[in-house]
Parts: sequence; C-alpha cells; structure tokens
Amino acid sequence: MSNAHATPLAGVSRTSADYFVTEHHPENGTLLGFWLYLMSDCLVFACLFATYAVLGRSYAAGPSGADLFDLPLVALNTSLLLLSSITYGFAMLEMQKNRLNNTLGWLVLTGLLGAGFIGLELTEFAHLIAEGAGPQRSAFLSSFFTLVGTHGLHVSFGIVWLVVLMLQLKQHGFTEANRRRLQCLSMFWHFLDVVWIGVFSFVYLMGTLP
Amino acid sequence: MFENQPLQTLLLGRLSWDAIPFHEPILLGTFIMVALGGLAVFALITRFRLWGPLWRDWVTSIDHKRIGVMYMVLGIVMLLRGFADALMMRAQQAMSFGDNAGFLPPHHYDQVFTAHGVIMIFFVAMPIVTGLMNYIVPLQIGARDVAFPFLNNFSFWMTTFGAVLVMASLFVGEFARTGWLAYPPLSGILSSPDVGVDYYIWSLQIAGVGTLLSGVNLIATIVKMRAPGMGLMKMPVFTWTALCTNVLIVAAFPVLTAVLVLLSLDRYLGTNFFGNDLGGNPMMYVNMIWIWGHPEVYILILPCFGVYSEIVSTFCGKRLFGYTSMVYATVVITILSYLVWLHHFFTMGSGASVNSFFGITTMIISIPTGAKIFNWLFTMYRGRIRFEVPMLWTIGFMITFVIGGMTGVLLAVPPADFVLHNSLFLIAHFHNVIIGGVVFAAFAAINFWFPKAFGYKLDSFWGKCSFWFWFIGFYFAFMPLYVLGLMGVTRRLSHFDDPSLQIWFQIAAFGGFLIALGIASFLIQLVVSYQRREQLRDLTGDPWGARTLEWSTSSPPPDYNFAFTPVVFDNDAWADMKKHGYERPLSGFTDIHMPKNTSAGFIISAICALMGFALIWHMWPLAALSFVAMLVAVIKHTFNYHRDYYIPATEVAEVEAARTRQLNTLSPTHV
Repeated sequence: MSNAHATPLAGVSRTSADYFVTEHHPENGTLLGFWLYLMSDCLVFACLFATYAVLGRSYAAGPSGADLFDLPLVALNTSLLLLSSITYGFAMLEMQKNRLNNTLGWLVLTGLLGAGFIGLELTEFAHLIAEGAGPQRSAFLSSFFTLVGTHGLHVSFGIVWLVVLMLQLKQHGFTEANRRRLQCLSMFWHFLDVVWIGVFSFVYLMGTLP
Repeated sequence: MFENQPLQTLLLGRLSWDAIPFHEPILLGTFIMVALGGLAVFALITRFRLWGPLWRDWVTSIDHKRIGVMYMVLGIVMLLRGFADALMMRAQQAMSFGDNAGFLPPHHYDQVFTAHGVIMIFFVAMPIVTGLMNYIVPLQIGARDVAFPFLNNFSFWMTTFGAVLVMASLFVGEFARTGWLAYPPLSGILSSPDVGVDYYIWSLQIAGVGTLLSGVNLIATIVKMRAPGMGLMKMPVFTWTALCTNVLIVAAFPVLTAVLVLLSLDRYLGTNFFGNDLGGNPMMYVNMIWIWGHPEVYILILPCFGVYSEIVSTFCGKRLFGYTSMVYATVVITILSYLVWLHHFFTMGSGASVNSFFGITTMIISIPTGAKIFNWLFTMYRGRIRFEVPMLWTIGFMITFVIGGMTGVLLAVPPADFVLHNSLFLIAHFHNVIIGGVVFAAFAAINFWFPKAFGYKLDSFWGKCSFWFWFIGFYFAFMPLYVLGLMGVTRRLSHFDDPSLQIWFQIAAFGGFLIALGIASFLIQLVVSYQRREQLRDLTGDPWGARTLEWSTSSPPPDYNFAFTPVVFDNDAWADMKKHGYERPLSGFTDIHMPKNTSAGFIISAICALMGFALIWHMWPLAALSFVAMLVAVIKHTFNYHRDYYIPATEVAEVEAARTRQLNTLSPTHV
C-alpha cells in the first residue's frame, strides 16, 4: 500500500508495545454530560422566553402584567428561591467536610425553601385564574403561565430529586456516586435560580412597566 | 360498563370501537398481515426458546454494539413501512386523473404522506444514523463502551416506543393529516380535532427524549473517552462528524420539544400560542419548528459524510485527502446550519432584507460542502480504487448529491423560491439530497461495517443489484418531479385534472417500482449472505484493508472491544499500526471493568409509551397512573448502585487465545 502523504512518520520506529497501555482509566463524563443536559434544558427555556418576547404584549383586550403582577409577593418568592441556592451551597460545603448530618440539615432547609417557593407560585396562579386571567385568556397569559409554570415544574422535580437523594445519603453516606449526584443536583438547583432571575427581571419587572 | 357512559369516558377517553378501522380494507388488510407476521415471529421465538436470550442479550443489553445493531434493525423495519407509504402515494398519483379518484380517499392519503415524512426522518434516518454512531464511535476512539451505557439503552427504547406509537396509529385511530411538520392552524384543535396530531406529538416527544439523551451521551463519550494520543485532530473523520452531529442534536432537539409542548398546550388546555383570535401567532410555530428542522437535516447528513470519508480512503488505499479541511468544513456546516432556517418559508413575507440574508447564508453552505466533494475526488485521484459495494454507493452519492445540492442552491434564491415554494421541485430536491446522501450512506455503511458486526461480509452480487436498482430507480422516481415542479404542480395533491401531467407521474411510479426491487435485493442480500456465511467469513477482523481502530479488533469484537486500550499516533491509527508491523499482545491481561445489563430502560420507556397512549386518547386516570408509575420506576432505578462488574482476566485470556487461534488459521501472507 503506497502512502505518500504519510512519509513524515516513516522515519519513526515504534514497537508493538508502544501501541497499547495496560492500565487506562478514562475520565468520568457524568458532570460534563449533566452540564450538556442543562444546556439543552436552557434552550427549552430560551424558546419559552422567546415566545414570551413575541407574545408578552398580546393582551387580546385582557389584563396586562401591570394589572396583574403582585410585585411584593414575587419579591418574597424570589428571595425564597435565592436563599435556597445559598443553603444548597452550605450543604455542599458540609459535604466537603464529610459531615453527613449537617449536609442533610442544609438540604432539608433547601427543600423547604423550594417548597415555599412552589407554594407561593401556586397561590399566585390560583389567584390569577380566579380573577379570570388564566392561560386561556390571551396569548400573553398563555406564554406567562407556560414560562413560569415550566420553571415551577423544574423546581418541583428538583424537590423530588432532593428527597430521594437525602434517602440515598442516609443509606449509603458519602460514596463517590452520591457525591457526584449531589454535585449534579447542585448544578440543577443553581441553574433554576439563574433562570428565575431571568423570569423575574424579564417577565415581572419589565411586565409591570407601562 | 357500556351502559355507564361517564365511566367509560373517564377510563377510555375518546377510545371506542369506532377507532378501529374495520371499514377501511387497506388498513384492515395491513393489520391482518402485521398480526399474522407478529404471530409467526412470536411462535418462532417460542419454538426455539429464544425469549430468554432475546431479553438477556438484546432488550436489556447496555453494550453499545448491540444497541447499535438494534437501532439499525429498527431503522430498516421502519424503512419498509415508510416505503410502503411512498409506493401508495406514487400509485395514487399515477392513476388519480380526471374521473379516476385513485384508490386512496383524501382522508387516508393525507395520513399517508404525513406518516411517510415522519417515519422516514424520525424512525428511519435517525435510528440508522444513531445506530451507526453507537456502533462505530466507541470502537473508533478505542473505548469499551459509551459514557453512559444505561442511558444508551434507555434512549434506544424511547426511540423504539415512539415508533410503536406511530405504528399503533395505523390500527387504533388515525395519524395526523397535516404534513410532517404539523403547521398550525391546521394542526390546531379546531381543524384537527381527532387523535392524529396527538399521535404525532407524543410519538415525537417520546422519541425526542431518546434522541437528545443519546446526543448528550455520545458527546461525553467522544470528549472524555478517547484513547491516549488521540487528540481532536487525530480523530477519525467519522467520529468528527458524529461529534458535530451530536452537538447539533443537543442544540436543536430542545427546540422541537418546546414547540411541540406549546402545540400540545394549545390543543389540550386551550392556550393561545398559535391561534389567531386571542393574540397568538402561527408563524412562531413555523419559525421554531424550522430552527430545529434545518439543523435536523444536517444531523442526518453529517455522519453520512463521515461514512463516505472512511469508505473513500479505505477503497482507494490512501489517506483521506485534506483531513484538516474536512474537519473544518464539518464544523462550519455545523455552525451555518443554524443560520438558514428561514429559507423554508421565504414566502412568509419577512421582507427583502431578511430573505436576502437567509438566501445568502444558504448559498454559503454549499462552499464547505463543495470542499468535501473535492476532498473525496482528490482522495480517489491516483488512488487504487476497488469498486466494492460500499464504494459504488459512495460514487453514486457523489453524483446524486451534487445534483441535489445544485437544485438546493436554486431554491435558495428567494425570487425563484416564490415560484418553486411548495412545489414538486422542492420534493424532488430534498429527496435528491436525503436519498442520495443519507439512504445511500446507510447502505454503504451497512455493507462496509456489516463484517465487523457479524463476522461475515455481505454478498456482493445482491449488493450490486440493490445499488443499481436504487440508483436508477431514484432518477426515474424523482427527475420527473423536477419537471412537474417547474410546471407548477404543488405537493401533497391526491388528484389531478390535467391529463398531460400523467405520463410524468407514471414514470415516477416506475422509479418507485425499481426502488422496491432495490429494497428487495437488499433483503435477499441479507438472507443469501447468512446462508453463505462460511464462505464470506472474515477471520482477519480487517476484511477491507481499512485504516481506523475498529478494524484492529476481531469481527465481531469481544464484549470489551479492546483487551488493552490502544495508543494512537496518527489519524489513521490502524493503518499506522499495520505499517509499523504491530503484533497483538498475547499475555498480561487484567480484569476488565464493564457495565451491567439492566431492564430499567425498557420498563421506563414502555410505561412512558403507555402514558403517551393515554394522553392521546384522553384517558386521564390512566395517564396520571402511568406518570406516577414512571416516576417510581425512575426512582427505583436510582437506588440500584450495583451497575458494573469485572470480566476476569482468565476469561479475557480465553477470548484472546481463541482469537489467536483464529488468526493462525490464516495464511501468513493474508494479513
């Protein structure tokens, strides 16, 4: 087989033993994989934000954001979620110090703050629907409920995950697998915080502008 | 129970005996055929006691090679279904002129063209491309499996159950009558109140989860698990194209998920995204679906470019010409594929500037693509070309794809597109590139890598028959459509009045018949090759004198792929090893760490399909129940911490010794 292009290598002499290694441990790809999943999820939110950008002022003669949004309530909501990110951070710090009970304590607090966030959001939704401003009322409300609701669904799944992971930590302690899972959930939780900051500024703050 | 209407509605939703198409003889006949075929398979499996092996070695397998093969089988089976739809359309259009209404009522015809498009893209092309990447990528990069083996199995079953839902729509209810992208308002609840669009939505959502996760999986595999020495610019071209394709998958499929969610909300909850009356905007759907849809066609074609690259360099006995430019061309196409989506609807009325921008970006894509064609040509130039079956498909591709590419550039000119939009010219164009690009690559790849997967080559006589029937059949089937399109015939028509058009449709139908012979030849090729497998046996592991790492293993490779992880010095790693007189290590084996099989992927996907079925038919309690069941199954799986095992060194030594004996039976000159 003639191989003119490969001549630069022809001078190198290698033995068969150069062509394999006996010990090889490929890197674990879980964190990269999870990060990739988060970015794909981020694109789902990007689509919902874009939809809201297009339809956010299509009130169909119905109520606008300025008429509906209760900013103090949303501020409370936002602080709950932001605090939950901080408490999750403390849980991770405790994990670094291998203190299982402290980690679990902070995780419980994180879950409670998340549940509080979901509770307030559901109250807000119920209130809006009772006022006749449900998702069917206008394109603006459709996109509002979908964007905020999708975020809420993510937080709810995060809470379910948190509970399951706490059980697994109780069972097995800080095994390598559990540490990795805690890191993944940490990324997930902070990611939802970042998305919420977008929702808060873009939907609520800008939505109440005239 | 049937006297109690509310209870029946609660439990069965919209499902009743009316949904079973007893009154449609074509569907009933198909159903009877499928049922008989299914019973025969069931009986054979039971007769030969294959349920156990089927479950243990295939259904629950997390081996990337087996999953890759299962993807290919799925793609080929669905190809038969999608092609049956194509033949029905060709026959209908060839006969339905003047007083003759053809044999398909419009209601059925519209389902047929929708199902054809959906099946061919999502359940033929995607599984075949994913299957190839699954099988080949880990072997090419010297890895023992993908990064997330369980996820791989789960992805496969999600894709398969998506296909199952599409197939179910044939016999329970009906499929969408909207065209393969289900534009609203036609796909809205007012125009399509029945279950067709819901089948569409849920089958794509379920399969889409599988596709997305498999994208994540393969990126992580390629980024994290390459053999030592294999820098990015030493990766085989197929792996490069696989990487770019999976980046596209991860960046495009979420958009499809999102837009289908919005469509479902419109249909299920009465929201106003795509309706006109309360502030919605149907063009938003069209934009978003094409922001997914255009990258999607590159998701399909890029790995095929990789296939052709591997085949050209192997069968010309030369290093690929212009490796670096090939890699950069692939990356440029990856990026540009996001900047052209609006060319699918120039007629939307976005104005001259916007249309010009998208027209120009579209034309620019032909530059890297052209560079690739020249790279393949220059690889062939002064090469010692062997016209084996994979090479025939490759040359057929180069000719056909260039024609399709040029008609694509014609369509990229907005004023021309205003004339040709939605015409048969467009149909001819995209079949020209998808058949010439993706389908030809599928057959090239099957012929090329089959000996690696099964240990024997495919019969070349029937392979050549298949190629020539397909190749000539393609031109007969689609060149007339260019002519008809230029004359102004629009797509998706089930009846024509102008008798002067009929001859063109008859020629196209003849082409469809030739392609049918091509598919039949392929199936015969599989059977004949199996019967002649002893003569066609590949003992070397490298039947074509190929150049990349997958050919350094036995055919088929052992479960662990490589007893020792290879070290790479060159982008044609195996060619480099052969040149340096590489000898396999015969001792010093160690235990090999491998992932364990699991049934969780199959079970979760099956429950997910059940939930989709319940949502399609509005069986709310069942939907809720299956949702909870799915959640429980997922959580239960996370409690399984014992997911791996070791293949003991003694077993590795046995397998490798068997391989040594196999190689020793060959005459020394053979290798």
